[in-house]
Amino acid sequence: MAQPAVPVSRPLPVTIPVREILPWAVFAAVAGLILLYFVGAEQGATHLISGHTVHEFVHDGRHLLGFPCH
Amino acid sequence: MPTMRSLLVRGMLVGLAAALLAYVVAWFAGEPQVAAAISIEEAKAAAAGEAAEPELVSRTVQETAGLLTALLVYGAALGGFYSIAYAFAHGRLGALGARATALTVAAAGFVVVYVTPILKYPANPPAVGNPDSIGRRTALYFAMILVALLAAAVAAYAGRSLSSRLGTWNAALSGVVVYAVLVGVAYAVMPPIHEVPDDFSADTLWWFRVASFGIQFVLWGAIGLLFGGLTERSLRQGTPREAGLRPAATR
Repeated sequence: MAQPAVPVSRPLPVTIPVREILPWAVFAAVAGLILLYFVGAEQGATHLISGHTVHEFVHDGRHLLGFPCH
Repeated sequence: MPTMRSLLVRGMLVGLAAALLAYVVAWFAGEPQVAAAISIEEAKAAAAGEAAEPELVSRTVQETAGLLTALLVYGAALGGFYSIAYAFAHGRLGALGARATALTVAAAGFVVVYVTPILKYPANPPAVGNPDSIGRRTALYFAMILVALLAAAVAAYAGRSLSSRLGTWNAALSGVVVYAVLVGVAYAVMPPIHEVPDDFSADTLWWFRVASFGIQFVLWGAIGLLFGGLTERSLRQGTPREAGLRPAATR
């Protein structure tokens, strides 16, 4: 066991290398932005799907979360 | 050291749990104000002799499944972004442990992504806002979020650069000042939006905005507390190396 004999009472957390975070950051950003787009903007300022059903379905959430809405 | 994959999964799950709590606030505080605003809208339309708008999605569905879906999707997305921000902050915020780091990141996220944009472009209930300007209002709102994120990035960079000279506390305060100045300039430069009708109920508007604030506060607060608690627990249960016995030298 290569453990130090002196117990460390309050260890500092080890950092996560940036190169390990980056690919996940890109993945999460793309997925997150698509999700936010449908809650925050689809069929409002712009639309990918025609009609108003998506807008009407998330209508209350869009208003209450602070997004501009009609 | 926690893996990025486990943090991302944890962030999204915690975001879903936080959304359930936010729904409770939205139901009790938000929905009465949305209903009040819609009745104002309908009374106006009736007075103007307009026919009632066809209901594509019933109010009942909007208040329940629709609102819950919106909050869950928003919560999962937010939790994912949050876990990335946490990963960068973990071990890099002075001597803060997992729980304090988690809460600090959540507080910063709440201020940057919600509080800063709504102080310029506040949340509005239905019947407030001109439908013709939705494109401009949406662009300005998202631009404000982007500006706040950039200001936060600059402030974080400034704070970290100054920490060896000023010490952690004063460097953090300097970062806050940098953020406030950048946001203040953006507030002054970006165009205002004045679309609340003169005869709209001030009471409804105020309590709607309070409810919106409460929903976001609970969402971010729950994410910060749950994520911190779970990460702290997994670090304690991990191997000694994962628990952080190695000093944080590689920054």
